[in-house]
Amino acid sequence: MTGAEGRWLRFFVLLLVTGGLVLPILTGLWETGRAAFGILPAIGAETWSLAPWQRLFTLPGIGSSLKLSLWTGLASTLLALLLATGFCAAIHGWSGQRHVSRILGPLLAAPHAALAIGIAFLIAPSGWIARMISPWATGWNLPPNIATVNDQMGLALVLGLLVKEVPFLLLVMLGALGQIPVNAQLAAGRALGYGRGVVWIKVILPQVYPLIRLPVFVVLSFALSVVDMAIILGPSNPPVLSVAVTRWYFAADTSLILPASAAALAQAFVVAFGILLWICAEQVAARAGRWWIRRGGRGYSAGPGLILASGATLILMGLGASALIDLAIWSVTWRWSFPSALPEGWSSGIWARPGSGWGSAFIQTTVIGLTTTAIAVLLAIAWLEGEDRAGMQRARWAEVLIYLPLLVPQIAFLYGLNVVFLRAGLTGGLGAVIWAQALFVFPYVMIALSDPWRALDRRLVCASAALGAGPMRRLVAVKLPILLRPLLTAAAIGFAVSVAQYLPTLFMGAGRVATLTTEAVTLSSGSDRRVTGVYAVLQAVLPLGTYVAALFLPAFVHRNRRGLSGGAA
Amino acid sequence: MRLAVLAAAILAAASPVMATNWNDTLAAAKGQTVYWNAWGGDERTNSFIAWASDALSARYGVTIQQVKLTDTAEAVTRVIAEKAAGVTENGSVDMIWINGANFLSMKQQGLLFGPFVADLPNARYLDLASGSAATVDFTVPVEGYESPWRLAKFVMTYDSARVSEPPRSMRALLKWAQQHPGRFTHPAVSNFMGATFLKQALIELAPDASVLQSPVTDEAFAAATGPLWQWYDALRPNLWHSGETFPENASIQEQMLNDGEIDIAMSFDPASTAAAIEKGLLPGTARAYGLEGGTIGNISFVAIPFNAAHKEGAMVVANFLLDPATQARAQDITVLGSYSVLDQDKLGPQERAEFAALPTSPALPTNEELGVTLVEPHPSWMTRLTDVWAQRYTK
Amino acid sequence: MNTLALSDVEIRRHGASGPLFAPLSLIVPAGTITTVMGPSGIGKSTLIDFIGGHLGSGFVATGKIMLNGLDVTHVRAENRRIGILFQDELLFPHLSVGDNLAFGLAARHHGRAARRRAVDAALEQAGLAGFHDRDPATLSGGQRARVALMRALLAEPRALLLDEPFAKLDAELRTEIRSFVFSHIRARGVPVLLVSHDASDADAAAGPVVAM
Repeated sequence: MTGAEGRWLRFFVLLLVTGGLVLPILTGLWETGRAAFGILPAIGAETWSLAPWQRLFTLPGIGSSLKLSLWTGLASTLLALLLATGFCAAIHGWSGQRHVSRILGPLLAAPHAALAIGIAFLIAPSGWIARMISPWATGWNLPPNIATVNDQMGLALVLGLLVKEVPFLLLVMLGALGQIPVNAQLAAGRALGYGRGVVWIKVILPQVYPLIRLPVFVVLSFALSVVDMAIILGPSNPPVLSVAVTRWYFAADTSLILPASAAALAQAFVVAFGILLWICAEQVAARAGRWWIRRGGRGYSAGPGLILASGATLILMGLGASALIDLAIWSVTWRWSFPSALPEGWSSGIWARPGSGWGSAFIQTTVIGLTTTAIAVLLAIAWLEGEDRAGMQRARWAEVLIYLPLLVPQIAFLYGLNVVFLRAGLTGGLGAVIWAQALFVFPYVMIALSDPWRALDRRLVCASAALGAGPMRRLVAVKLPILLRPLLTAAAIGFAVSVAQYLPTLFMGAGRVATLTTEAVTLSSGSDRRVTGVYAVLQAVLPLGTYVAALFLPAFVHRNRRGLSGGAA
Repeated sequence: MRLAVLAAAILAAASPVMATNWNDTLAAAKGQTVYWNAWGGDERTNSFIAWASDALSARYGVTIQQVKLTDTAEAVTRVIAEKAAGVTENGSVDMIWINGANFLSMKQQGLLFGPFVADLPNARYLDLASGSAATVDFTVPVEGYESPWRLAKFVMTYDSARVSEPPRSMRALLKWAQQHPGRFTHPAVSNFMGATFLKQALIELAPDASVLQSPVTDEAFAAATGPLWQWYDALRPNLWHSGETFPENASIQEQMLNDGEIDIAMSFDPASTAAAIEKGLLPGTARAYGLEGGTIGNISFVAIPFNAAHKEGAMVVANFLLDPATQARAQDITVLGSYSVLDQDKLGPQERAEFAALPTSPALPTNEELGVTLVEPHPSWMTRLTDVWAQRYTK
Repeated sequence: MNTLALSDVEIRRHGASGPLFAPLSLIVPAGTITTVMGPSGIGKSTLIDFIGGHLGSGFVATGKIMLNGLDVTHVRAENRRIGILFQDELLFPHLSVGDNLAFGLAARHHGRAARRRAVDAALEQAGLAGFHDRDPATLSGGQRARVALMRALLAEPRALLLDEPFAKLDAELRTEIRSFVFSHIRARGVPVLLVSHDASDADAAAGPVVAM
């Protein structure tokens, strides 16, 4: 058998993942940690001390920043999970379900920064919504003095995170539902007198949740440590911890790098603490859930809750779509002042000049995205095929290993990693950026590809083996063609993740590698929404293009194969 | 080939002392790509740098690659990271648009290449007399470690369609804000523009502004800032969003003026309002003005890190930026609208005519409107000021 | 008056020209087990789905379902109080055996202790005393079938539908489980409709037989 071969293949991939992904993160953390305890010879700090920590806790606003991070991170994740579950429950089994997962594409593909810029303009007191209802409905000839963006509570940030995270959780959830006989269990539950919504919560959710638990942690970790979106939508005085850390790293006072490193470690603790808190809440919820299930209440009242959740989810998607549309409008605007609902003057000047910068950023982004995605997809195939050939189940630790880059906050190890890369003479080039991005692209590709790969009907593989096909031919001639759609979907997701990377590109590219995202975030610190609009549109359109390709290519290739054209994607 | 020799000969004639040196520099620079780390939030500046790159590559075979920064300190951090990793040559940063605290910080830690300004042929157009604006950066002596390229001066901006008589002093501003709550704000104090606003108020309100020229001490700080905090405590509740949050930088604030969220904003570039109108970023009724007692002004410089890979190319760029023709183009409001750093007395009649022929705009303040230029306080004041502000007003 | 009645029930696939089977009318009195016989693929499970309220969106049905004199054709599945034993037991894998039963137990039993007693009593009846905390995945086929029946009965249905629940069992177990199921449901005195393609099921049910 091919067991030994599979084990070797998996070992090889494991080695690559450990050396290429895990080791850099650990060394990065190590370097950050040294700086957090006083060692950074470059600025003359050479003795171990706790001074950076003492300094950190005297920095103004640190307590509020910590609280703000925890609150926005936990609240957005919990809400996103509730909304995604409610929406899933409401649309499951409905014939339009497949279309929904397609509509998710643009929102999944649009990078956080682009969406944040669009949402900021949408909900600002002088934003698009206010412009559409002013002055006729509101009487506002000038924008009102209310904080709808950058509010002290971080509500705008929570909203922005929701727009991005609900579609992601929905996608993951719809994927996981494929592994559960949902319809049969729904019927069984309803035959026992339970309402649809209650069956979802009591029966389906407890089975789906373990399957999406790691992605939920990823969402939580991301929400606790997001930088770009928090700069654009979050409060500024004080900001959330991650933004404060970034500010201190780049402050004029270079001695702040030491407390900044301490804060970067603290950011890692915040994420660990957040996840711990979440796990405790899981335990409580499981216990409460069992108690609730044993009570046997049929809970017909859950229906309105589902309608509420679906309504909120639809509003969120509408907000996301409007955010993308307002960016597109800005990109062809000349002047657009309050309270006009649409621009007074139009101009396509910036689109007509790719030489002004977006042309090269576009090409740069495409090259990095394609390379990174190719590496990640090949690695993922090697990993999964290795598991198949060795006849192994996914080990828990391996799963955590893959997810590690997504669970450890970027800011905690990127500065240290940069120092490591510099020492190895690797920085400032495309190579370093591709490597750093692959750290984050690979896990997402694995998330997207694992379930369809394992859902593949094993009998087909056995049948081809019985027909004399060797392992390589089984992979190339049977598995990959059947899995074409999920493969392309995984690649599209990987590409989108690559396009959205901000901090890794910034740190590893030494600022020389200008992608659409780094340019868009930089430009969002300027006043020209029209230019920002162009970059943000490109940022959203580029990954969207790959989504569309992922959608239509398999449909075209398999146009005469009904069994494959529907697709598990 | 002959042309190049001729050009070199002319240059040699112009500055015989360093002729051979500069020729060597030009020769070494040929073919180099200079990675210029410059704040990228302003499209006009980005286009100007792109233009400079084209002009330089045609003339000297040097191209500029702008590394767009969100904050200048990013470049400083990058050089520090390189030093930490032992990268002492072939560093990734060739040139930085810099001044003030970032310059002080790099200079103190020996992260800069130089002195090099005296080697630039076009330095002869500068007023380099001791204590002149081009030789001092926030009271810190430049000592040839950075070369000037554009002038900055604090101005207030407003929309004349909404405000008929803007307040012309910090005390008047407080009264105005109390009458129009929520219609004014300043950029975050962590941003240099927000800090400059505080410094401007400090100069006006301090009992004795002369102490600001020496490094800060506890007593001096307490005495000088007392009235400032009193004034700010009264102002803050009347700011946009009750002073609980602030725009990230002056550009965002300009956007808020354009959106009508506020009525009065500020800039560190007297021509920016006219240029913004030209670009459709502000209404045609926007205006800029100076304050009664004068406003803070300073010069933006370019510096070269100690480990820059293309020092010669960077010097050629720095020299090009000081060329009277380049400076005249920079001052053109349809291009960049940045005031010249050159000493007008040292220019020839032809060059002076070039400046006189530049287009003008009603939004471009006259020299009388701008008032006198106040010098920057010592950088230690700014650091202390922003620290104490953060302690007082960050929850 | 406890009866389940079907009148002129016809089901067709979306877009199909003819119905799956000829119009069906029947009355199932309380306490009897009426068997509907028909070959595989004729739509027996679809009929069960229709009566239970679980018909998929790919089907169109006409005709009426009356339960105890009330028209329930358009009542939501969960409100019909019609229990079903499926071909698969469909025990919920995330709940223990006892909690599966507690899930079924009608809500009118209040109090933690009372509910636990009811569940334990049902386990006892099924010959599964002490199985409360077992993972359903560790049960044998016969044990699973008995738990599924108990779960359905604990919900106190007004009628019960059996969708070939014995088809997957081997011959020996089949007889044993069938007599266990039938004896329990007869005791409840509710109308029971069994669909099957196996004549021995109809014989054992000893009630009216309708052919599809």
